[in-house]
This record gives sequence, structure tokens and C-alpha cells, in this order.
Amino acid sequence: MYVAVKGGEKAIDNAHRLMGQTRRGDPAVAPLTLQQIEQQMPLAVARVMTEGSLYDPELAALAIKQAAGDLIEAIFLLRAYRTTLPRLAETQPLETTRMTVSRRISATFKDLPGGQVLGPTFDYSHRLLDFALAAEGPDTPPPAAPEGSPPEVADQPMPRVLSLLADEGLIQREPPGDPEARVGDITRQPVDYPAERDVRLQSLARADEGWLLGLAYSSQRGYGNSHPFAGEIRQGTVAVEIVPDELGFAIEIGDITLSECEMINQFNGSKTEPPQFTRGYGLAFGLAERKVMAMALVDRSLRAEELGEDIAAPAQDQEFVLAHADNVEASGFVQHLKLPHYVDFQGELATIRALRREQAEAAAGKDETP
Amino acid sequence: MTTPASLPATGQATAEPPRAPLPADLPEDGLLAVRDLTVRYGRRLGCAEVTFDLWPGEVLGIVGESGSGKTTLLNALTGRVAIDGGRRLYAVPADDGGGWVDLDTLSEPKRRLLMRRDWGIVHQHPRDGLRLAVSAGANIGEPLMALGARHYGDIRSQALGWLDKVEIAPERIDDLPRTFSGGMQQRLQIARNLVTGPRLVFMDEPTGGLDVSVQARLLDLVRGLVDEMGLAAVIVTHDLAVARLLAHRLMVMKEGRVVESGLTDQVLDDPHHPYTQLLVSSVLQV
Amino acid sequence: MTMPAPTRASTPTSEGYNFAYLDEQTKRMIRRAILKAVAIPGYQVPFAGREMPLPYGWGTGGIQVTAAVIGPKDVLKVIDQGADDTTNAVSIRRFFARTAGVATTEATREATLIQTRHRIPELPLNERQILVYQVPIPEPLRWMEPRETETRKMHALEEYGVMHVKLYEDIARFGRIATSYNYPVRVDGRYLMSPSPTPKFDNPKMDRMAALQLFGAGREKRIYAVPPYTEVKSLDFDDHPFEVQSWDQPCALCGATDSYLDEVITDDRGGRMFVCSDTDHCRRRRDAQEEAAQ
Repeated sequence: MYVAVKGGEKAIDNAHRLMGQTRRGDPAVAPLTLQQIEQQMPLAVARVMTEGSLYDPELAALAIKQAAGDLIEAIFLLRAYRTTLPRLAETQPLETTRMTVSRRISATFKDLPGGQVLGPTFDYSHRLLDFALAAEGPDTPPPAAPEGSPPEVADQPMPRVLSLLADEGLIQREPPGDPEARVGDITRQPVDYPAERDVRLQSLARADEGWLLGLAYSSQRGYGNSHPFAGEIRQGTVAVEIVPDELGFAIEIGDITLSECEMINQFNGSKTEPPQFTRGYGLAFGLAERKVMAMALVDRSLRAEELGEDIAAPAQDQEFVLAHADNVEASGFVQHLKLPHYVDFQGELATIRALRREQAEAAAGKDETP
Repeated sequence: MTTPASLPATGQATAEPPRAPLPADLPEDGLLAVRDLTVRYGRRLGCAEVTFDLWPGEVLGIVGESGSGKTTLLNALTGRVAIDGGRRLYAVPADDGGGWVDLDTLSEPKRRLLMRRDWGIVHQHPRDGLRLAVSAGANIGEPLMALGARHYGDIRSQALGWLDKVEIAPERIDDLPRTFSGGMQQRLQIARNLVTGPRLVFMDEPTGGLDVSVQARLLDLVRGLVDEMGLAAVIVTHDLAVARLLAHRLMVMKEGRVVESGLTDQVLDDPHHPYTQLLVSSVLQV
Repeated sequence: MTMPAPTRASTPTSEGYNFAYLDEQTKRMIRRAILKAVAIPGYQVPFAGREMPLPYGWGTGGIQVTAAVIGPKDVLKVIDQGADDTTNAVSIRRFFARTAGVATTEATREATLIQTRHRIPELPLNERQILVYQVPIPEPLRWMEPRETETRKMHALEEYGVMHVKLYEDIARFGRIATSYNYPVRVDGRYLMSPSPTPKFDNPKMDRMAALQLFGAGREKRIYAVPPYTEVKSLDFDDHPFEVQSWDQPCALCGATDSYLDEVITDDRGGRMFVCSDTDHCRRRRDAQEEAAQ
């Protein structure tokens, strides 16, 4: 007598135990501490915070640990935690012109007010495996400090490269925006297409880095004609301010590390605009240069409609780009195919069998007629 | 065939912009009236201040070189390009109450229903006007289903009837259009546009990408159908031979403006405007 | 075997989380969307779907709807593929047992709230019950028209002709409508609606159902509803009317001839049997047969 498979609960419990063991690995090896992850994998932490939409390096490190290093799973953990948090206040717009920069480069001008600051980067390194790191232990001296005195990065506003162009009227002024109008919030309102730029930028900020990278790359290779220049990339810390109702003026609640990119793109002019440069914008938590560059390219591509350009390439198609950009959504839906589909499959089986039977009968009928 | 759905009653809760009074010079028995239609691309003109009337059963040819604004005009007429000035007016059939409506102040549901039911658009490239991923029969049947046809057998027999009219073998009914030759695709597109019995058809270079021998056959077919159904048509073409064969009246366009218009024979045999003279003389006389 | 009594979860609500996981503001937002959905049957109401601790595509829409309507006195049943013991059903049932501390059951008739993926229970539902569907793709026009901006217009203007094109193609190619699940319906003569990937066998149950039917699509952030006793009509042609699947044989366990059957492969020599996909229905019938035999 056939008995339907039972025991789902036990199987699930055991599966989780097995994953726990897989995550921990050999118990003879010391467990990772959150501090180690936070301190020694800052770029992974940055990605998880950005796409998890929560600035908290310690929780991001915990998520990375719990996810056994699967960053998309870690992003998911952080998002699911974030969604339960109350919203206590909204911050003032961040003043990235007041950023204390650790890195600031422009590919469009050789020198500029504030100077080029190379800062920490993998750029110009030879990608050779450093076997010395394999032997690194508690007694290894820390990496050498940079030589010479640190560059004069005075604690004063560092003008944006794009503002210099704007002063000459060569680049499109960002629409000033209505200070009274509320900025869209994709965590409180579902995205409604066509989406305005505030909503698009929010979606891009939490979008999967790989997705943005591929789309940005496609726009450079001719699917969307972007003609970009990296106007300015800066990384550093920025103060976060809120205005508590009971005070009525802004107070600083802390500093966060950000990466920002402004791309400059050609534009031929439209019905209402003369030829000029236009911008693409990217912003992310932590050190995330690749992400913000890709984001800025995709942001610019998605402005095609606003600027009266043809929408011909995937990167210009906002429904295509934004609706598929969230890796928590994408990962869930792709992997839901693991769930049972017995019932639907049974429906398809029944249909296919019936169709095949009908066809076979029809063929048999034909054979019989002379 | 299912009776075409009627227009939604007026006074529906759709917001309509305030109506400007209708122009005073609308012909009583006209079908389409265009006044000062203007489209701009930046500082460049698409078409400027185009004015004409079209009567039921009349075929209007729009001729000119590429870049003269004739396709822009057609796209503006069919609502695929936003207009920067001027008006587009259409006389609704008597069983919908008759009278002129301004297409740019009509609510979108009404405009879409009207266009679906009363108008056809034959694109230069059949792939723009066909669903390449569904069969020829479904391509012809879709407009019927969109107007409410729900009897498979009826839809199928109408599709077969139209395949016959456009000289496509009935056994091709379940084939995908992408297995058809260019000429067949174009004939299928025509069938799809005419199956609902429209009053007005727009054609953009309908013989554009076809061989000369195929062109002649298609032109014959179009001329026969237009006569038989009493269709009004606006045909954009750069080919004066096509214009001579199909159009009752011609408008000649240059740099976005109409430089000459009149009866086809008159315009082609006795062109007044230097540009028309140049166009006519540049064609080999046959 | 007798019907198991509803089990009250032993551990109360998980610490640190609100009743049924979502905070009350979020629940209110979802309830507003549900009210709107009930007021416009079949219309997809956008809602600000939240990240849930379960992955998208695994029932987050259904879970959010359930979390918004569930109360402490509710008795919850969760099924996937008609069965209470499939892993995802177990996981979701456990989630609510943990976060809401509500009673759960496998018996359709005892449940006040049933969350389902891919099936409607065989036992007719009553006015005191709510059926919550998990929906992966809420837009029935999606396969003909991928653009939201365009499908929204098609719904607004009732331009549904293209849906029949698909059915036409089926008949032209196969001689019959070959869509076997996620079979599109028209609700209350107005909105075209996806019934979620339930087999078309279940479509007739939706028509004028006594229970409230709620549909949640988490990833796509849409909620829609069919109020009790509302007409739900499966699309068809006058000369090719809608029909449901049938089997040549009864359920191998309970002998039912009127239920949806799952095919079970019993060996590697082509041996197979057919059993009810609705495990509660099957068990109830077998219990009744045993009782009658004694």
C-alpha cells in the first residue's frame, strides 16, 4: 500500500542543521569573528549594506557570516531585518560636497580645485596572488603606511567637477526640485512605471551590482550610446544630520562612508534643450566604486525618455532595468522553481498525453483509409 | 461577424481637456480634416502647417523625397508622434451619433476604440504591423476578437475568406508569418487591417521593400479592395507610379511643407511648383 | 485514523517581533489594499510589499496577506500542491505558529484561514473562511505584453482581445485549448484576472465561492480579490467552451473520481498510480470508509 511521503518538518530541521555544519566548516578551525569580517572584508560589507539598504557594518558582517559568504543571501538577511525596523526620523539630504575624502579622482580634468586624491584602490596594482598573505599571522607587521605627508585635504567644501561645468552652462542643470515635494520611497510605495528619477535612483542604489555592471557595459558597447566620461568619483565620510521636531534645527547623528560617481555624457539637444552635457549619478555605502560607476551609467541611460532620446537598448528601458534589478526578488523567484510544481506539471502531462493520443489516433485513422 | 462594439456613451467619467470650438470650415460630408498640423524635432521641422480634408472613399497620396516630412505627417495623423500644433478632426459614423470630433481632446478610451474599429494602419515593414509569433489566422482574427468576436468557427472562416481575398493559400492559415515571403507578409498585414471593415486606412510605403513584380500585384490588390470596400485611404509613397495608380488626389511635400496639391493627373501631368516639376521629371516616363 | 484536532502552538509569539511578524502600520497598509481589492473585484491593487524573512517566489505575497488578516482566534491551514505536508507549506505554517501563536490545522473544514499555493481544496468553502492564494505573476496579460505601462492601459480600456489570440492559437494548433493551469478568468464581467497557477480544474470552484478569495503577489507587489459569491468566468469561445481535466481512473487510495489527481511513479518500470492531490480530502474519505466498514 502506497503511503504519501511525510516528515517534512523533520527534514527541514535536519537540512538547517546540515547547513549550519557546512557554514561552520571544520570545528578545529577557529570561528570567524564579526570584527574580522568587518575589518578585513570591508568591500563585501559595503556591498551587503548598499544592496541590503541598511548602513550597519556589524549587522552586515553578521549577515555575511550567517550566509556562509553568500553575499546575495546576506543582503536578503539584512533586508528582512531592515523591514522590521521602525522609522524614527528622516535625514537631511547628505552634503557630499562636504565629504572628508579618502579618494577623489576626475578623468575629465588633469587638475582641479581640491586636487586629485588617488586614495585606496586596486587600480594600478598587478593582479598577482600575494603569497605573503597566505602566511600572514598575528605576528606579521601591519601593511606599510603611505610615504610622505598626507595630501592637504583641508576640511572645507570640495567643489564638484560637474558644478564647474555647470557654471559655464555646459552641463544640464539638475532640476532644482521642489523642497516641499516628498521624495519617493520604494520601501513604502511600489514602483509605478514610468518612474521618476528619485525612484529610479533608489532602485538602482539597491540594485544588484552584477546586473548594473552588465547593463552599464552594454551601454558602452553600443547598446544605448552613452559616450560617458568619469567626471568625478569620490569616496569618504559624510555627516548625517536630522532635524528633531523638538529642536527645529539640524544635529549630526554620525558619519557614514560613501562612494559617489558623477558621469558626464554627451547629449545632442532636444525639442526644448540646446546641446550640452548631461549627468548620470551613482551613490553607494562604503567603498563601492564599481557599483557607483555602473549605477551612474545606467542612471544616464534611463534618462533617455526625459531627454527625448530613442529608447532602443535594454539599458534605456526602465521597466526592463528596474523590474529585474533587485537580487533579493530575482534570487527568490529563480530559486522558487525548486518548490514542488506537481499540480501544474500534472496538468501539462494530462494535456500532452491527450494531444499525443489524438494525434496517434488520427495517424492510425489515416493509415486505414486506402 | 459580431457587431462592432459601439462607442462608450458620452459623459463618461473621463477627464477631457476643455474643447476649443470646432473650426468653421469643416466639410459637411467629410471624413477627416487636418488643420495647420505641425511637428517639430528640436529646431528641425518634421512637418508644418499641413491642412487638408479627406472624403469617404477618397484616396489621398502624399509624395515627396525621403526627409520631406511625409512619414512624420502620417505618424502624426495616426497618433504615433505627438503634435506641436494644429488639429486633427474625424467625422464619426452616423450610427455613433455622427458629427466631427477633435481627436486630440477625445478621451483615450474613445480614441483607441475609434482607431481600432474605424481605422487601419499598414506599415512599411510588415513586422511592425503583424504579430510574428502567432499564426496568420490569429493575425487576421485578432482585430475581430478585440471587437468582441467569440466564435472560433466564425473567426476562422473570416480569416480564410480574407486569405483568399489577399491571394494567400488557405493551407497557410496556421503558419507563422515569419515563414512568409515579404509580399505575402504585406498582403497578410492588409488583410489584418481590413477584416473589421474600417472606414479609413493609412499606408506607409506599402510597396517599399518589395520586388517590382511583387509590387505590381500588391498595387492591383490594394486598388481592387479600396474600390470594392469604398475605403478612404491616406497613402505615403516616394514612388510617383504608385501614387498615380492609387491616389485620386495628391499632396506634394518638401521640407515639411505642402508645396502643391490637387487631382493626381493634374499634379503629375501639369506640375506647377518647381519641386514637383523636378520630382516628375526625375522619374523615367513609362 | 481520526481527524487530528487543531494544534495550538506550544511556544508563544517569537520574541522581538509583532503578532504575525508585520508591524501594525504595515498591516493597516495591506488591509487598505485588500479593501480596495475587494471593492474592485479582479483589479490588481499595488501595495508596498515588504521584504519578508522568506524568499520572494516562495509565498511572500500570500504570507503578507495572511499576516494582515489573521487574528489570534483564527485557525490556519497551509497547503502547497493541495498537501499540508509539503516542505514549503510546513515552513509557512510554522512561521505563523511561531510569530502569531495561532492554532493550525490540516482539516479544511476547521480552518478559518487557508493559505494555498497551486490548489483550491476539494471541500466547498463557506462564508466564514478566507482563502489566500500565493501568486507569482499577477498579470494575466504578461505573456502577450511584457510592459506594465501597456497592460495597465489594456485593463483600463478592457482591451482583452489579445488574450483570446492565445486561446485561438491553441485550438488552431491542437484542436482544443491547451492551457492547463493559470487559466485566465474574467471577474464580475470586468477585470481579466490570473487565478494563480492553480490547475484549470479548480477554476469552477472560484465562481460564486462563498469564501472571500484574496491573492497576494509579494515580488510584484500586487493584491487582488474576489469577494464572496462573485462571478468568475473562464475565458473560452462559444464553440469551444471551457472544460476541466478528468482522469481515466479513480484515486488509488480513496477511490475518489471527482478530485484532482497527482501522478506518483512507483517504480522504474513505468509503474504509476494516481492519488488525490488534496491530502485532507483523501484522508477524510478514507476515514469515512473505515468508519462505515466497522
